[in-house]
Amino acid sequence: MRTLLLRSLLEGVAVIDPPRPDQQAVAELAAALGRTTRQRLGRSLAIREVDAGSCNACELEIHALSNPVYDVERFGVKFVASPRHADVLMVTGPVTWNMREALERTYAATPHPKFVVAVGDCAANCGVFAGSYACAGRVADIVPVDIHVPGCPPAPLDLLKSLLALVGAMAK
Amino acid sequence: MTGLQPLSLAALLADKPGEGGVARVSVTDRVWRAVALGCRDGLHDLLGLWVDRNCVHMALADCERRLLAIAALKLGRGEYPSVGQFHAPALRLERTLRDLKGVTPLDLPDTRAWIDHGVWPAPPPGHRHWQSPEKQYAFLTADGGGEGLHQIAVGPVHAGIIEPGHFRFTANGEAVVRLEERLGYVHKGIEALATGANLDQGARLAARISGDSTVAYSYAFALAAEQATGITPPRRAVLIRAIMAELERVSHHVNDVGAICNDASVVALHARATIIREDMLQTQVRCFGHRLMMDKIVPGGVATDLSPEGAAEIEALLRRVETGFGQIVRVYDEAPSLQDRTVTTGILKPELARRFAAGGFVGRGSGRAFDTRAIFPYPPYDELSFRPALRSEGDVNARVWIRIDEVRSSFDLIRQLLKLLEPGPTHNPVPPTEGQGFALVESFRGDVLVALRMDSEARVAGFHARDPSCFQWPLLEAAVEGNIVADFPLCNKSFNCSYSGHDM
Repeated sequence: MRTLLLRSLLEGVAVIDPPRPDQQAVAELAAALGRTTRQRLGRSLAIREVDAGSCNACELEIHALSNPVYDVERFGVKFVASPRHADVLMVTGPVTWNMREALERTYAATPHPKFVVAVGDCAANCGVFAGSYACAGRVADIVPVDIHVPGCPPAPLDLLKSLLALVGAMAK
Repeated sequence: MTGLQPLSLAALLADKPGEGGVARVSVTDRVWRAVALGCRDGLHDLLGLWVDRNCVHMALADCERRLLAIAALKLGRGEYPSVGQFHAPALRLERTLRDLKGVTPLDLPDTRAWIDHGVWPAPPPGHRHWQSPEKQYAFLTADGGGEGLHQIAVGPVHAGIIEPGHFRFTANGEAVVRLEERLGYVHKGIEALATGANLDQGARLAARISGDSTVAYSYAFALAAEQATGITPPRRAVLIRAIMAELERVSHHVNDVGAICNDASVVALHARATIIREDMLQTQVRCFGHRLMMDKIVPGGVATDLSPEGAAEIEALLRRVETGFGQIVRVYDEAPSLQDRTVTTGILKPELARRFAAGGFVGRGSGRAFDTRAIFPYPPYDELSFRPALRSEGDVNARVWIRIDEVRSSFDLIRQLLKLLEPGPTHNPVPPTEGQGFALVESFRGDVLVALRMDSEARVAGFHARDPSCFQWPLLEAAVEGNIVADFPLCNKSFNCSYSGHDM
């Protein structure tokens, strides 16, 4: 364990590979996000993730936001355990009928001002699940959505870009 | 029912040759019950239960004799003798059939609705006599504790970034007396959507049954479609499929070993594991065009090719992952604080794993020596050398070590596969042919099952998929019993069942 911790210290924080264009974008985006977020929300943006019917691929990529490569927490963006602690709901999936009420109640439990990010093609238009008896609709049919992140699933970089767009929109 | 004797699969198939590895048998009411009794007595394993056209189908396996069969029974007035009355693993499958198809398993001991939560405005298509069930779910109670027992209700929206489901704990102080799961929240009606879809749409739906097993599901769907239409994919495609499947397995095993360490508060290992996973996903998008390799296996072959540079990149990736994961494993093995949390926690008894035919690391950590790649090998695993991991302690630690061993054997498999790669085509056309297909594919979590019927216009006429989680979820309830509530996250993560794969 000591060897590993020591190695972690000595290797430094260079977890991102030598910058290639998209890696560069991560850094640029992250810096910009940090600056604006600090202005708006006192250096923090608390996100509550709600899977309202996803196949779990979106969850895998949302998880990746917190890995040391994207390390979203560096910029004050943090995933929280309760909607009562959240500024943002990140919602995935076509909203199934079986999850509809839970989503509505989670939204209701989130304090104002609150923002909703609909993540993935399913959240935007039900994706391949459109037309099913078991799906209540897009996320926007159930709760007000501020921003959509397309993709099946969206890559972490796209998620980061969209968080930035949200912060930009909040500034208006 | 007096005098009814259990019937083994070997006896049932005495004179029936298997077609494409699986024998299809039409059975009478009496034989159906006898085969169900055979499941109860451990003569064979129950792999799946579904309704197609006017028949209920039961997939069975005799792993010792390597027999696979589908028994089909005509539904008289939408009824058939329940398998669950003899064999508990069938209970939730039959409750699902009731909810989605409106068939009646006679003498089913548990008739609470399972997938239908009483909020659908309309019934699933083809449902025989739909009536929306009560919204209120009758959770089981725990008797005998008097005032000492309390309940903890968790979910469907959990604290982490995970899928929705409800857990009802009954606890006596810190100890869990009973856990009851309530699932079905992410039911999307995939079987109904796939029925009538064209082959391409069907494949895309299959790829989204459980996103973390997208390669495995596409693989199973493709194998079933190819069996149904009587075609063979080109050799190069066969090899590339297995490379993708093994990469998917490694990325999840590495990630979950890290996540288990995280739940035991060793965050540094989790961070290391997620770096490895990210490295893999970035390599995968460069080599195959999608971070999760979604929609890259298609009926007839693969929708991507692997360039020579890509193959070299994968070899380099394997070396990096081997080193990085090796460091994680060394620390895991040496840290008493970790062992203290994982050893003897969440024990799944081998007898239960066998009875529920638990697939994947859940079964192999509890002494069930089943790995589809070894027992019912599909191409190219029939020509690869590989020995499945096996342990019998059944605790969180055993499941972690199975995953560690499997990562190592996947490295070896990928290297064998890369050596076998030769230039060639990667896709063969799929003709519009009527037929049936059945496939079992080993996902990182265990065996996924796909049964498919194609019509003469290249449309999916019947579709069923069964996630390994269907048999693992009930076992989690058993494994948690007697553990402290605070160890639930560890137990849960060590199973890592799919909600979406279960709910469909």
